[in-house]
Amino acid sequence: MELTSSTEPGILIVTVQEQRIDAQLALAFKDRMREITEGGSDPVLLDLNHVVFIDSSGLGAIVAAMKILGPDRRLILAGLTPAVDKVFRLTRMDSVFGVYPTVEAALAKMA
Amino acid sequence: MRKPVIPPRTPFDSFTISFTGAEDGVRDAIAQALAQLSPLDLNKDETDTVELVLAEVLNNIVEHALAQTGNDTQIEITGNHDARGLEVTIIDEGAKMPNGVAPHPRPPVVDVEMPELPEGGFGWFMIHTLAQDVRYARQDGRNHLKLRLAVGL
Repeated sequence: MELTSSTEPGILIVTVQEQRIDAQLALAFKDRMREITEGGSDPVLLDLNHVVFIDSSGLGAIVAAMKILGPDRRLILAGLTPAVDKVFRLTRMDSVFGVYPTVEAALAKMA
Repeated sequence: MRKPVIPPRTPFDSFTISFTGAEDGVRDAIAQALAQLSPLDLNKDETDTVELVLAEVLNNIVEHALAQTGNDTQIEITGNHDARGLEVTIIDEGAKMPNGVAPHPRPPVVDVEMPELPEGGFGWFMIHTLAQDVRYARQDGRNHLKLRLAVGL
């Protein structure tokens, strides 16, 4: 499960470098998110623009990652492709996260 | 001038694929099924729907039905297309559904405090939202799940 990260002023950007977050990768995703975000306190922006498929296990792993961050640290999503957006809308989970079309749009909003 | 001859769209009647029910076989089985559907010229959203429903059904089988029996047995996927859409039947040799029925959970509860947010229960909810006529039966020691997707109409 390849996740990369970059630190911007006041925010940690995590980019999923995989095409799928599915049952096969959900646990690895959660573990990598925990490693990458451990010890920090800035909000986390998860860039999903490379992800073309997510299933219920992947969705559950993103919710779990948000819980790991705790109540005082936000997880924001950007770059949802149509198939990923569909899963968030169907389950109404789009109402739980801040969802932005692109990383740039999210950063502009947060600035 | 003669008009160019347009070859007729390859007719699509049905397909059957089967694979060994292990977690790492699910992706490949989905890809095979989608490839079989190419004559239907489904649009992107329809393809996304088929892929998602197949993934949810197959993952449930591998993670629950087969995990209980501990066997890597065959899973069979059959698709038939007609004027009402794509009818998919998935047959496996795993444990039967608890209570003998397919789960039909309520929509995920999202207006709660973060620690209470659900991390599961999405799969069957999405299957029922995207598919019609979801029917489950236990026959001859196998699970038969049949559903209809309104795609390629």
